Amino acid sequence: MSDQVVLLGTHVSMFAMRVKIALAEKGIQYEYKEENLMNKSPLLLQMNPIHKKIPVLIHNGKPVCESLIIVEYIDEVWKDKSPLLPSDPYKRAQARFWADYVDKKIYDGGKKIWTTKEEDQEAANKEFIEYLKVLEGELGDKPYFGGESFGFVDMALIPYYSWFPAYEKFGKFSIEAVCPKFVAWAKRCMQKESVSKSLYDPDKISDFVVMLRQRLGIA
Amino acid sequence: MATGSVKLLGVWASPFVNRVEIALKMKSVEPEFILETTLNKSELLLKSNPVYKKIPVLLHDEKPICESLVILQYIDDSWPNGPSILPSDPYDRAIARFWASYIDEKWYPLVVEFMKAKGKEEKAVVLEKISEGNLLLEEAFIKINKGKSFFGGDRIGYLDIVLGSLLGWVKAIEMMDEMKILDETKMPSLAEWDKRFCSDNVVKDIIPQPEKLAEIHRKFHQMKKATSN
Repeated sequence: MSDQVVLLGTHVSMFAMRVKIALAEKGIQYEYKEENLMNKSPLLLQMNPIHKKIPVLIHNGKPVCESLIIVEYIDEVWKDKSPLLPSDPYKRAQARFWADYVDKKIYDGGKKIWTTKEEDQEAANKEFIEYLKVLEGELGDKPYFGGESFGFVDMALIPYYSWFPAYEKFGKFSIEAVCPKFVAWAKRCMQKESVSKSLYDPDKISDFVVMLRQRLGIA
Repeated sequence: MATGSVKLLGVWASPFVNRVEIALKMKSVEPEFILETTLNKSELLLKSNPVYKKIPVLLHDEKPICESLVILQYIDDSWPNGPSILPSDPYDRAIARFWASYIDEKWYPLVVEFMKAKGKEEKAVVLEKISEGNLLLEEAFIKINKGKSFFGGDRIGYLDIVLGSLLGWVKAIEMMDEMKILDETKMPSLAEWDKRFCSDNVVKDIIPQPEKLAEIHRKFHQMKKATSN
């Protein structure tokens, strides 16, 4: 039986990158379709009518939405290779908790850095660093959040690394200077082919943010 | 089968705590309920959930699990011999998780916004958004239940627990504001499901009556006013 797998995404989206990593880890062949979010395709609107957002995974014609839900789905369907979540229930719960923490804090925290007014910049930078510090605390001395091997939380978080140069540019600060452990973890992840091939060029992301800021009337 | 002590930090009026109580009851697990007081957080809570400092927290063999949706899935994973909470098919599981996320991140925050809005006009604006959400939930229910009584099929499951646990407070808010949030004429299938859910053996002693929740809400606000003066 051959599976038909389509991924709707955008190059810059950290959420789409998570799914790309998962698909690469499992060695799944898929068709990628780049969406223009200013002009959403009929396919996207049909497959995700509730949120009209990417990423959407379309497996044999059926849509799965929300990046972490997609990653769990991929793990459950293609279960014979490269597990993405731990098998132990407690470790699974910890993985879900921390991936959810990333979802709750990192996107908005990062966005604040490049959208905020000058007088609020320092506070925005500080808040973001605080979240990274919490994550550093959880990482501890482990090579990955998953322990000895790259896992669910690593996958949820690493795409943001491709946005760090953009955050540093507009926040006018160095993340590595304050969170060296975090950056060391990120570089370790980048040595994996599934990760390095799935993350977008940080320079192109910076260019994208310049354009977004203009469109939002910030710059 | 999982062994070890099971403790639940919570308050009986929290719908998120109720979710965990229902899930444990489905698995025939009786936790030791450790009551948190709303105004002063215990050492145990602060130690067990340092990130959010919120209930519910499940302590299984003294190991903490936080966030109600994470806890529900943990309970399902740890007690696989009882009735399943999540569906078995991966696609159905993805759909259940999708709607749980919608309910917690979009729908219920609107209900809270409704409660906090001042005056009938402001409330009406929020109610319009909630009503759109209600229609989506009604359509989702009809698609997911495959003609059966619950989102989970013949028995209650993940989505029944996630949505059903919130309805006590929704009805309490309806009473306090004298405005209908759940319109039976627009969501007839869910209205019937609601009655079935609330009278289900596993649920009925856990979700508090709306009148009691409204009373707690009044008392809590009186207390807050008194302590801030």
